[in-house]
Amino acid sequence: MDDMSVTDVVDDGREVTLNYYDGSCRTVLVTDIETPLPDGRLIVSRTDPSGIITHVNDSFVTMSGFAREELIGVPHYILRHPDMPSVAFQGLWETVLAGKKWHGYVKNLRKDGGYYWVYATVIPNIRHNKVVGYTSVRRKPSRRKVEEAQAFYRTML
Amino acid sequence: MTYNFTVSPDFNPSYLSGWFIFNTWLQRRTSEAFHLELYDDFDSQRQAIAADKFDLIYANPYDASVLVREKGFLPVACPAQKSDEAVIAVPHDSEVGQVEDLSPGLRVSATRDPDVSMMCMIMLEPADLNRDNIVPKTCDSYVLVAKDLVRGQADAGFFLEETYNKLSRVVRSQLRPLVQSRIQVIHHVLLVGPGLLHRHEDIQQALLAMNDTPAGQGLLESLDFTGWEKVAPEDTEFMIDLMDTLET
Repeated sequence: MDDMSVTDVVDDGREVTLNYYDGSCRTVLVTDIETPLPDGRLIVSRTDPSGIITHVNDSFVTMSGFAREELIGVPHYILRHPDMPSVAFQGLWETVLAGKKWHGYVKNLRKDGGYYWVYATVIPNIRHNKVVGYTSVRRKPSRRKVEEAQAFYRTML
Repeated sequence: MTYNFTVSPDFNPSYLSGWFIFNTWLQRRTSEAFHLELYDDFDSQRQAIAADKFDLIYANPYDASVLVREKGFLPVACPAQKSDEAVIAVPHDSEVGQVEDLSPGLRVSATRDPDVSMMCMIMLEPADLNRDNIVPKTCDSYVLVAKDLVRGQADAGFFLEETYNKLSRVVRSQLRPLVQSRIQVIHHVLLVGPGLLHRHEDIQQALLAMNDTPAGQGLLESLDFTGWEKVAPEDTEFMIDLMDTLET
Protein backbone atom coordinates (compact mmCIF):
# COMPACT_ATOMS: atom_id res chain seq x y z
CA MET A 1 0.00 0.00 0.00
CA ASP A 2 1.43 3.40 -1.01
CA ASP A 3 2.16 6.28 1.37
CA MET A 4 -0.31 9.15 1.30
CA SER A 5 0.40 11.88 -1.19
CA VAL A 6 0.59 15.58 -0.30
CA THR A 7 -1.54 16.33 -3.36
CA ASP A 8 -4.42 14.28 -1.89
CA VAL A 9 -4.43 16.09 1.41
CA VAL A 10 -6.56 19.12 2.11
CA ASP A 11 -4.87 21.68 4.37
CA ASP A 12 -1.47 21.07 6.00
CA GLY A 13 -1.30 17.57 7.34
CA ARG A 14 0.96 16.26 10.10
CA GLU A 15 3.02 13.30 8.99
CA VAL A 16 2.70 10.05 10.92
CA THR A 17 4.13 6.61 10.19
CA LEU A 18 1.74 3.77 10.92
CA ASN A 19 3.03 0.27 11.62
CA TYR A 20 0.51 -2.44 10.79
CA TYR A 21 0.12 -5.85 12.39
CA ASP A 22 1.39 -7.61 9.26
CA GLY A 23 4.78 -5.87 9.55
CA SER A 24 4.17 -3.30 6.82
CA CYS A 25 4.17 0.43 7.43
CA ARG A 26 2.82 3.53 5.73
CA THR A 27 3.33 7.25 6.08
CA VAL A 28 0.06 9.14 6.36
CA LEU A 29 -0.77 12.84 6.48
CA VAL A 30 -3.42 13.78 9.01
CA THR A 31 -5.55 16.90 9.31
CA ASP A 32 -8.14 17.99 11.89
CA ILE A 33 -10.93 18.22 9.35
CA GLU A 34 -13.92 16.04 10.28
CA THR A 35 -16.48 14.83 7.74
CA PRO A 36 -19.55 13.65 9.69
CA LEU A 37 -21.38 10.60 8.40
CA PRO A 38 -24.73 11.89 7.10
CA ASP A 39 -27.86 10.75 8.95
CA GLY A 40 -29.46 7.57 7.62
CA ARG A 41 -26.34 6.32 5.83
CA LEU A 42 -24.64 3.00 6.52
CA ILE A 43 -21.11 2.22 5.42
CA VAL A 44 -20.85 -1.41 4.34
CA SER A 45 -17.81 -3.44 3.40
CA ARG A 46 -16.69 -7.03 3.17
CA THR A 47 -13.26 -8.51 3.38
CA ASP A 48 -11.72 -11.91 2.79
CA PRO A 49 -10.52 -13.85 5.84
CA SER A 50 -7.22 -11.93 5.85
CA GLY A 51 -8.87 -8.50 5.92
CA ILE A 52 -8.48 -7.63 2.23
CA ILE A 53 -11.45 -5.56 0.98
CA THR A 54 -13.68 -7.39 -1.49
CA HIS A 55 -16.82 -5.19 -1.48
CA VAL A 56 -17.66 -1.59 -0.56
CA ASN A 57 -20.92 0.29 -0.90
CA ASP A 58 -21.36 3.83 -2.22
CA SER A 59 -21.32 5.36 1.27
CA PHE A 60 -17.94 3.71 1.94
CA VAL A 61 -16.53 5.24 -1.22
CA THR A 62 -17.94 8.69 -0.46
CA MET A 63 -16.85 8.81 3.16
CA SER A 64 -13.37 7.37 2.63
CA GLY A 65 -12.56 9.72 -0.25
CA PHE A 66 -11.00 6.85 -2.21
CA ALA A 67 -12.23 5.59 -5.57
CA ARG A 68 -13.81 2.13 -5.45
CA GLU A 69 -10.95 0.65 -7.50
CA GLU A 70 -8.43 2.02 -4.97
CA LEU A 71 -10.21 0.15 -2.19
CA ILE A 72 -10.89 -3.29 -3.63
CA GLY A 73 -7.94 -5.59 -3.03
CA VAL A 74 -6.23 -3.55 -0.31
CA PRO A 75 -6.19 -4.24 3.45
CA HIS A 76 -9.06 -2.70 5.42
CA TYR A 77 -6.45 -0.95 7.58
CA ILE A 78 -6.09 1.61 4.77
CA LEU A 79 -8.66 3.50 6.90
CA ARG A 80 -6.71 3.26 10.14
CA HIS A 81 -6.25 6.61 11.84
CA PRO A 82 -3.14 7.17 14.00
CA ASP A 83 -5.37 8.33 16.88
CA MET A 84 -6.77 4.79 17.11
CA PRO A 85 -4.80 2.56 19.50
CA SER A 86 -3.63 -0.66 17.89
CA VAL A 87 -4.97 -2.61 20.88
CA ALA A 88 -8.52 -1.72 19.76
CA PHE A 89 -7.98 -3.57 16.49
CA GLN A 90 -6.27 -6.41 18.29
CA GLY A 91 -9.49 -6.80 20.28
CA LEU A 92 -11.50 -6.71 17.06
CA TRP A 93 -9.50 -9.51 15.49
CA GLU A 94 -9.52 -11.64 18.63
CA THR A 95 -13.31 -11.31 18.80
CA VAL A 96 -14.10 -12.11 15.17
CA LEU A 97 -11.54 -14.92 15.03
CA ALA A 98 -13.45 -16.46 17.94
CA GLY A 99 -16.54 -16.35 15.67
CA LYS A 100 -18.19 -13.50 17.59
CA LYS A 101 -19.61 -10.10 16.67
CA TRP A 102 -17.46 -7.04 17.47
CA HIS A 103 -18.75 -3.52 18.17
CA GLY A 104 -16.77 -0.38 18.71
CA TYR A 105 -16.35 3.32 18.06
CA VAL A 106 -13.75 3.98 15.41
CA LYS A 107 -12.04 7.09 14.05
CA ASN A 108 -11.33 6.43 10.38
CA LEU A 109 -8.79 8.16 8.16
CA ARG A 110 -9.89 9.62 4.85
CA LYS A 111 -7.77 9.77 1.73
CA ASP A 112 -7.59 13.57 2.11
CA GLY A 113 -6.12 13.28 5.63
CA GLY A 114 -9.38 14.15 7.37
CA TYR A 115 -11.38 11.79 9.53
CA TYR A 116 -14.88 10.51 10.36
CA TRP A 117 -16.21 8.72 13.43
CA VAL A 118 -18.39 5.63 13.18
CA TYR A 119 -19.95 2.99 15.37
CA ALA A 120 -18.71 -0.17 13.69
CA THR A 121 -19.93 -3.74 13.85
CA VAL A 122 -17.95 -6.62 12.35
CA ILE A 123 -19.19 -10.18 12.00
CA PRO A 124 -17.60 -13.27 10.52
CA ASN A 125 -19.33 -14.61 7.37
CA ILE A 126 -19.74 -18.30 8.12
CA ARG A 127 -20.61 -20.67 5.28
CA HIS A 128 -20.71 -24.43 5.84
CA ASN A 129 -19.00 -23.93 9.22
CA LYS A 130 -16.09 -22.05 7.63
CA VAL A 131 -15.24 -18.34 7.88
CA VAL A 132 -15.15 -17.04 4.31
CA GLY A 133 -14.76 -13.36 5.18
CA TYR A 134 -16.03 -10.54 7.36
CA THR A 135 -18.83 -8.01 6.96
CA SER A 136 -18.47 -4.60 8.55
CA VAL A 137 -21.26 -2.06 8.89
CA ARG A 138 -20.63 1.40 10.24
CA ARG A 139 -23.25 3.88 11.38
CA LYS A 140 -23.40 7.38 12.81
CA PRO A 141 -22.58 7.56 16.53
CA SER A 142 -23.79 10.18 18.98
CA ARG A 143 -21.44 13.04 19.83
CA ARG A 144 -21.42 11.96 23.47
CA LYS A 145 -20.23 8.46 22.53
CA VAL A 146 -17.53 9.91 20.27
CA GLU A 147 -16.23 12.11 23.06
CA GLU A 148 -16.17 9.16 25.47
CA ALA A 149 -14.33 7.01 22.92
CA GLN A 150 -11.84 9.80 22.18
CA ALA A 151 -11.01 10.21 25.85
CA PHE A 152 -10.68 6.45 26.33
CA TYR A 153 -8.46 5.90 23.29
CA ARG A 154 -6.14 8.71 24.36
CA THR A 155 -5.33 6.72 27.49
CA MET A 156 -4.41 3.70 25.36
CA LEU A 157 -2.00 5.37 22.95
CA MET B 1 -50.81 -31.25 -4.17
CA THR B 2 -51.42 -27.64 -3.20
CA TYR B 3 -48.48 -25.49 -2.15
CA ASN B 4 -48.96 -22.67 0.34
CA PHE B 5 -47.81 -19.16 -0.46
CA THR B 6 -47.73 -16.08 1.76
CA VAL B 7 -46.56 -12.48 1.57
CA SER B 8 -44.94 -10.39 4.28
CA PRO B 9 -47.73 -8.37 5.95
CA ASP B 10 -45.96 -5.07 5.31
CA PHE B 11 -47.13 -4.82 1.69
CA ASN B 12 -49.11 -1.75 0.75
CA PRO B 13 -52.87 -2.60 0.94
CA SER B 14 -53.32 -0.87 -2.44
CA TYR B 15 -51.53 -3.85 -4.00
CA LEU B 16 -53.54 -6.57 -2.26
CA SER B 17 -55.32 -7.62 -5.47
CA GLY B 18 -51.96 -7.70 -7.26
CA TRP B 19 -50.78 -10.56 -5.07
CA PHE B 20 -53.90 -12.61 -5.86
CA ILE B 21 -53.36 -11.99 -9.59
CA PHE B 22 -49.70 -12.99 -9.13
CA ASN B 23 -50.81 -16.23 -7.45
CA THR B 24 -53.10 -17.06 -10.39
CA TRP B 25 -50.32 -16.25 -12.87
CA LEU B 26 -47.86 -18.45 -10.97
CA GLN B 27 -50.28 -21.39 -11.02
CA ARG B 28 -50.67 -21.06 -14.78
CA ARG B 29 -46.95 -20.75 -15.40
CA THR B 30 -45.95 -23.69 -13.21
CA SER B 31 -49.05 -25.90 -13.55
CA GLU B 32 -48.94 -26.26 -9.80
CA ALA B 33 -51.69 -25.35 -7.34
CA PHE B 34 -50.83 -22.52 -4.95
CA HIS B 35 -52.97 -21.28 -2.09
CA LEU B 36 -52.25 -17.66 -1.16
CA GLU B 37 -52.76 -16.83 2.49
CA LEU B 38 -52.29 -13.26 3.67
CA TYR B 39 -51.92 -12.03 7.23
CA ASP B 40 -52.74 -8.72 8.88
CA ASP B 41 -49.96 -9.01 11.40
CA PHE B 42 -46.42 -10.33 11.69
CA ASP B 43 -47.00 -12.47 14.79
CA SER B 44 -49.70 -14.68 13.23
CA GLN B 45 -47.64 -15.16 10.10
CA ARG B 46 -44.54 -16.05 12.13
CA GLN B 47 -46.47 -18.70 14.02
CA ALA B 48 -47.55 -20.22 10.70
CA ILE B 49 -43.96 -20.04 9.42
CA ALA B 50 -42.73 -21.72 12.61
CA ALA B 51 -45.24 -24.51 11.96
CA ASP B 52 -43.70 -25.02 8.47
CA LYS B 53 -46.97 -24.11 6.80
CA PHE B 54 -45.51 -22.41 3.72
CA ASP B 55 -43.64 -23.47 0.60
CA LEU B 56 -43.29 -20.07 -1.03
CA ILE B 57 -42.83 -16.77 0.84
CA TYR B 58 -42.33 -13.19 -0.25
CA ALA B 59 -40.38 -12.35 2.88
CA ASN B 60 -39.15 -9.21 4.53
CA PRO B 61 -35.38 -9.21 5.23
CA TYR B 62 -35.91 -9.97 8.91
CA ASP B 63 -37.93 -13.13 8.29
CA ALA B 64 -35.70 -14.11 5.34
CA SER B 65 -32.91 -14.60 7.83
CA VAL B 66 -34.82 -17.27 9.76
CA LEU B 67 -36.23 -18.89 6.63
CA VAL B 68 -32.85 -19.29 4.93
CA ARG B 69 -30.66 -20.16 7.91
CA GLU B 70 -33.08 -22.23 9.96
CA LYS B 71 -35.75 -23.50 7.59
CA GLY B 72 -33.76 -24.37 4.46
CA PHE B 73 -35.46 -21.88 2.14
CA LEU B 74 -33.64 -20.72 -1.00
CA PRO B 75 -33.88 -17.26 -2.59
CA VAL B 76 -35.47 -16.98 -6.03
CA ALA B 77 -35.74 -13.32 -6.92
CA CYS B 78 -36.27 -9.85 -5.51
CA PRO B 79 -38.06 -6.83 -6.97
CA ALA B 80 -35.76 -4.95 -9.33
CA GLN B 81 -34.30 -1.66 -8.06
CA LYS B 82 -36.36 -1.73 -4.90
CA SER B 83 -34.54 -1.71 -1.59
CA ASP B 84 -36.20 -1.37 1.80
CA GLU B 85 -35.63 2.07 3.23
CA ALA B 86 -37.18 3.77 6.25
CA VAL B 87 -38.29 7.28 7.15
CA ILE B 88 -38.62 8.95 10.53
CA ALA B 89 -41.25 11.66 10.15
CA VAL B 90 -42.32 14.41 12.54
CA PRO B 91 -45.35 16.73 12.51
CA HIS B 92 -44.88 19.46 9.91
CA ASP B 93 -44.79 22.20 12.55
CA SER B 94 -42.39 20.32 14.84
CA GLU B 95 -39.51 22.40 16.15
CA VAL B 96 -37.17 19.46 15.62
CA GLY B 97 -34.80 20.19 12.75
CA GLN B 98 -32.42 17.24 12.93
CA VAL B 99 -32.06 13.90 14.69
CA GLU B 100 -29.71 15.35 17.33
CA ASP B 101 -32.52 17.69 18.46
CA LEU B 102 -34.56 14.71 19.69
CA SER B 103 -34.39 13.90 23.38
CA PRO B 104 -35.29 11.09 25.81
CA GLY B 105 -39.01 10.66 26.40
CA LEU B 106 -39.66 10.95 22.66
CA ARG B 107 -43.13 9.57 21.85
CA VAL B 108 -42.69 7.24 18.88
CA SER B 109 -45.48 5.60 16.89
CA ALA B 110 -44.57 2.61 14.74
CA THR B 111 -46.04 -0.53 13.24
CA ARG B 112 -44.76 -4.01 14.12
CA ASP B 113 -42.65 -4.06 10.93
CA PRO B 114 -39.35 -5.39 12.31
CA ASP B 115 -37.09 -4.07 9.53
CA VAL B 116 -38.45 -0.56 9.70
CA SER B 117 -38.21 -0.49 13.48
CA MET B 118 -34.62 -1.68 13.35
CA MET B 119 -33.60 0.85 10.70
CA CYS B 120 -35.35 3.72 12.47
CA MET B 121 -33.89 2.88 15.88
CA ILE B 122 -30.43 2.98 14.27
CA MET B 123 -31.25 6.40 12.85
CA LEU B 124 -32.10 7.60 16.39
CA GLU B 125 -28.69 6.58 17.78
CA PRO B 126 -26.96 9.92 17.00
CA ALA B 127 -29.41 11.45 19.52
CA ASP B 128 -28.47 8.79 22.11
CA LEU B 129 -31.99 7.38 21.93
CA ASN B 130 -32.74 3.71 22.33
CA ARG B 131 -35.65 1.46 23.27
CA ASP B 132 -35.11 2.22 26.95
CA ASN B 133 -35.50 5.99 26.75
CA ILE B 134 -38.28 6.48 24.17
CA VAL B 135 -42.01 6.03 24.69
CA PRO B 136 -43.09 3.59 21.97
CA LYS B 137 -46.61 3.03 20.72
CA THR B 138 -47.52 0.25 18.32
CA CYS B 139 -50.07 0.92 15.57
CA ASP B 140 -51.76 -1.56 13.23
CA SER B 141 -50.93 0.40 10.07
CA TYR B 142 -48.78 3.21 8.74
CA VAL B 143 -51.91 5.33 8.24
CA LEU B 144 -52.50 5.14 11.99
CA VAL B 145 -48.87 6.13 12.63
CA ALA B 146 -49.46 9.20 10.44
CA LYS B 147 -52.68 9.96 12.32
CA ASP B 148 -50.84 9.93 15.64
CA LEU B 149 -48.42 12.53 14.29
CA VAL B 150 -51.16 14.70 12.82
CA ARG B 151 -53.15 14.60 16.08
CA GLY B 152 -50.10 15.44 18.18
CA GLN B 153 -50.19 12.05 19.87
CA ALA B 154 -46.65 11.21 18.77
CA ASP B 155 -43.46 13.26 18.33
CA ALA B 156 -42.01 10.96 15.67
CA GLY B 157 -43.29 8.14 13.48
CA PHE B 158 -41.49 5.22 11.81
CA PHE B 159 -42.44 4.46 8.20
CA LEU B 160 -41.39 2.20 5.35
CA GLU B 161 -40.29 4.81 2.83
CA GLU B 162 -42.41 3.58 -0.06
CA THR B 163 -45.47 3.56 2.19
CA TYR B 164 -44.71 7.06 3.44
CA ASN B 165 -44.45 8.29 -0.14
CA LYS B 166 -47.86 6.79 -0.91
CA LEU B 167 -49.68 8.50 1.95
CA SER B 168 -52.25 10.96 0.64
CA ARG B 169 -51.01 14.42 -0.27
CA VAL B 170 -53.20 15.91 2.47
CA VAL B 171 -51.64 13.69 5.13
CA ARG B 172 -48.09 14.19 3.88
CA SER B 173 -48.56 17.96 3.91
CA GLN B 174 -49.02 17.72 7.67
CA LEU B 175 -45.83 15.70 8.16
CA ARG B 176 -42.14 16.23 7.52
CA PRO B 177 -39.46 13.57 6.92
CA LEU B 178 -36.75 14.14 9.52
CA VAL B 179 -34.35 11.49 8.27
CA GLN B 180 -34.44 8.85 5.55
CA SER B 181 -32.27 5.75 5.42
CA ARG B 182 -30.01 5.05 2.45
CA ILE B 183 -28.92 1.51 3.17
CA GLN B 184 -29.42 0.24 -0.41
CA VAL B 185 -28.76 -3.44 0.23
CA ILE B 186 -31.76 -4.61 2.28
CA HIS B 187 -34.75 -5.84 0.33
CA HIS B 188 -37.68 -8.26 0.33
CA VAL B 189 -37.06 -11.56 -1.38
CA LEU B 190 -39.17 -14.42 -2.75
CA LEU B 191 -38.07 -17.70 -1.18
CA VAL B 192 -38.95 -21.32 -1.89
CA GLY B 193 -39.09 -23.86 0.90
CA PRO B 194 -37.71 -27.39 1.00
CA GLY B 195 -40.93 -28.89 -0.38
CA LEU B 196 -40.79 -26.77 -3.53
CA LEU B 197 -37.06 -26.69 -4.25
CA HIS B 198 -37.53 -28.93 -7.30
CA ARG B 199 -39.41 -26.04 -9.00
CA HIS B 200 -36.92 -23.34 -7.95
CA GLU B 201 -35.41 -22.85 -11.39
CA ASP B 202 -38.79 -22.90 -13.19
CA ILE B 203 -40.21 -20.26 -10.88
CA GLN B 204 -37.07 -18.15 -11.18
CA GLN B 205 -37.12 -18.26 -14.99
CA ALA B 206 -40.82 -17.40 -15.09
CA LEU B 207 -40.28 -14.38 -12.84
CA LEU B 208 -37.27 -13.11 -14.77
CA ALA B 209 -39.29 -13.34 -18.02
CA MET B 210 -42.32 -11.56 -16.55
CA ASN B 211 -41.31 -8.26 -18.09
CA ASP B 212 -41.24 -9.78 -21.61
CA THR B 213 -45.00 -9.72 -22.19
CA PRO B 214 -47.63 -6.98 -21.86
CA ALA B 215 -49.61 -9.23 -19.48
CA GLY B 216 -46.54 -9.73 -17.31
CA GLN B 217 -45.81 -6.02 -17.33
CA GLY B 218 -49.39 -5.32 -16.23
CA LEU B 219 -48.99 -7.80 -13.39
CA LEU B 220 -45.73 -6.17 -12.29
CA GLU B 221 -47.50 -2.84 -12.26
CA SER B 222 -50.24 -4.27 -10.06
CA LEU B 223 -47.49 -5.16 -7.55
CA ASP B 224 -45.73 -1.80 -7.96
CA PHE B 225 -42.65 -3.63 -9.29
CA THR B 226 -40.65 -2.82 -12.40
CA GLY B 227 -39.36 -6.40 -12.72
CA TRP B 228 -37.66 -9.19 -10.83
CA GLU B 229 -33.94 -9.67 -10.30
CA LYS B 230 -32.30 -13.04 -9.80
CA VAL B 231 -31.01 -13.55 -6.27
CA ALA B 232 -28.19 -16.00 -5.66
CA PRO B 233 -27.97 -17.77 -2.29
CA GLU B 234 -24.79 -15.80 -1.45
CA ASP B 235 -26.61 -12.50 -2.12
CA THR B 236 -29.14 -13.40 0.54
CA GLU B 237 -26.47 -14.69 2.91
CA PHE B 238 -24.74 -11.31 2.55
CA MET B 239 -27.97 -9.49 3.36
CA ILE B 240 -28.55 -11.71 6.38
CA ASP B 241 -25.00 -11.07 7.63
CA LEU B 242 -25.67 -7.40 7.24
CA MET B 243 -28.93 -7.66 9.18
CA ASP B 244 -26.98 -9.47 11.91
CA THR B 245 -24.58 -6.55 12.21
CA LEU B 246 -27.50 -4.18 12.69
CA GLU B 247 -29.06 -6.04 15.58
CA THR B 248 -27.72 -4.55 18.77
